[in-house]
Amino acid sequence: MSTVPRTAVRLRPGGADVTRRPSPLRRAADVWRYRELLANLTRKELKVKYKNSVLGFVWSLLNPLLYLVVFYIVFQVFLPGGLPYFAIFLLAGLLPWTFFSNALSGGTMSITGNGALVGKVWFPREILPLASIGAALVHFFLQSLVLVVALIAFRYAPAPEFLPALVPAFLALVLFLGALALALSAINVYLRDTQHLLELALLAWFWMTPIVYPFRRVADRLGQWGSLYLLNPITCAIITFQRAIYNKTTVDGGKTKVLPDASVWWYLRNIGILAAVSIALLLAALVIFGRLEDNIAEEI
Amino acid sequence: MRSAIEIEGVGKRFRLYKEKAHSLKERVIRFGRLPYEEFWALRDVDLSVRQGETVGLLGHNGSGKSTLLKCVAGIFRPTEGRIVKAGRIAALLELGSGFHPDLTGRENVFLNGSILGLPRAEITRIFDDIVAFAELERFIDMQVKHYSSGMYARLAFAVAVNVDPEVLLIDEVLAVGDEAFQRKCLARIKHFQREGRTILLVTHAADLVRQICDRAAVLDRGQLVNVGMPGEAVLAFRDTLLRRGLEVPEELDHPGVRKTLAIRITGATLEYPVQGRQHLLPGEPLTIRMTYEAPQRIDDVVFAINIFDQKGTLLLGTNTDVLDVDVGPVEGTGEVAFGLERVPLLDGVYQVNLGIHNHDGGTSYDHREAKDFFEVLNPGKTIGLVHFPLQIRVSTGRLGRRAAG
Repeated sequence: MSTVPRTAVRLRPGGADVTRRPSPLRRAADVWRYRELLANLTRKELKVKYKNSVLGFVWSLLNPLLYLVVFYIVFQVFLPGGLPYFAIFLLAGLLPWTFFSNALSGGTMSITGNGALVGKVWFPREILPLASIGAALVHFFLQSLVLVVALIAFRYAPAPEFLPALVPAFLALVLFLGALALALSAINVYLRDTQHLLELALLAWFWMTPIVYPFRRVADRLGQWGSLYLLNPITCAIITFQRAIYNKTTVDGGKTKVLPDASVWWYLRNIGILAAVSIALLLAALVIFGRLEDNIAEEI
Repeated sequence: MRSAIEIEGVGKRFRLYKEKAHSLKERVIRFGRLPYEEFWALRDVDLSVRQGETVGLLGHNGSGKSTLLKCVAGIFRPTEGRIVKAGRIAALLELGSGFHPDLTGRENVFLNGSILGLPRAEITRIFDDIVAFAELERFIDMQVKHYSSGMYARLAFAVAVNVDPEVLLIDEVLAVGDEAFQRKCLARIKHFQREGRTILLVTHAADLVRQICDRAAVLDRGQLVNVGMPGEAVLAFRDTLLRRGLEVPEELDHPGVRKTLAIRITGATLEYPVQGRQHLLPGEPLTIRMTYEAPQRIDDVVFAINIFDQKGTLLLGTNTDVLDVDVGPVEGTGEVAFGLERVPLLDGVYQVNLGIHNHDGGTSYDHREAKDFFEVLNPGKTIGLVHFPLQIRVSTGRLGRRAAG
């Protein structure tokens, strides 16, 4: 960038050159130093969302509750013959998806939406998309309560050997999400169409992911190409959730196939691949973010 | 002296897009390129701010002074050159910029503190100081959207000055709040200066620069045109305004032309040392008494005096603030006596101007100009203006005579 030679003036050690792009390591250190801000911005997003509302957080519980009630009534009472306990199958996949899609759209708009802050104060900009993820995370855990209550109410047993796999599955999902949110938040500053494009992409992505329909219904039809379906990174995480919570690979006495009848290691292998790819993406996203960050304050 | 901020050859180039098209369609049509003009908001700026120094940045609108401050704060990344800073920087670029209207004062203090990089425990520790400084104890749990702009500014300023910054960047924010709060801010800034903290201040107010800055720099169209003593820089600033054909603010030419008359000067008398004699001898004392009347209580008061010779040269200009004389709130009538212990002047008639204004000089209450004069008669034959204390010793080789003047 520099077009003039930098003069060699010795400055006291400890002085920080604010004009150079920080290294990824330095970025990570800055984010850690500003973790308090991350917590506060997450809190702010949650508070502002439910400002002046009487029910507050109850609203975020009502959404999955409504799904639960509607799908129970529709598929258990009016249209029996589908997946038994379809509401639980749906929520098992829908909750992580909602988390992913809310966090990604929130994260993409996080820098442009906080323009006033970005133009006036310095802080590590990565904090903004991370705070959107943080806020979505809180919603996810709150909404999961609905699922837990539903499992208890229906006396529905998840798969104990698969439950521990939920932790790496969720972490891999967060890594993948982090990479996308970081890159898109910076790109959206320069190309405001990104957020609208993303809305469309998320809708398509939702239907390409086995959430409302079971994985095997598509994978089996693809025959030997069935595993291609796992190239959709979200699928790897979603089917692990469904396997652990819905806990059925086949229904109707084996006639309807729902999920891959594989061991927990098969599921974990997919998660491992997702995590490795996500880490690579995250590094790439940091580089993209670092380059785009140069002019963020003036382009906003 | 170590430097707190080193600015070396800094330039910042902005792109002015002819059509502000951020959309993908536009980019696709133009293969990603949009027509733009390049514009250097700053070019080749070198400035070193030493630790403990207060430096003012003067410049007309669009001169790049705020851009420079944003570069120092790390908000803008300069296109060329480098800036090295030592220590924690707190930037007051726009008051309350980190505030969210829907959060309460308390929540915003924590949010704002963490934006400045403070851990929660630290904010908790200074929380009471912040609220007390802002004088918002009763309103701290109210959403800040219900605050008046003065309350908003007070809270923001209170957070920034209580986070214990080593370097404080201030952009035109001292002109907010009521008189009393302005005085408090100024007092806090002077306290900072005594503690040896570094301040970089962007302002239009020439008086403020004279009052609190050790040095000042003048920017004109992105170039640094003058760095020097405050008085010198203010003159240079005035020149750039004139050269640009811009209006020179009144305060640069005639400080305090408008008067509010919240306090009125009711009279002034000159007290010569010997009764009945209406002149001074060189080196004699003189007391100048000014009486005033304040119909209502005024908190922010500075009494000022200027003495000019017949050609209009300012011989003395000072005030109670410069001399660190504490003037409390003023109400009713009163008197101020300026006791000049010695008047070291030779023959002439000298003009005394008196004034009452507030601390930053932005408000003039009253002034009395070209009404009071005193005369000095020199019994000796020395000519000139100043009665220098003088001893002359002359030694010639053999005769060795001495003479005294």
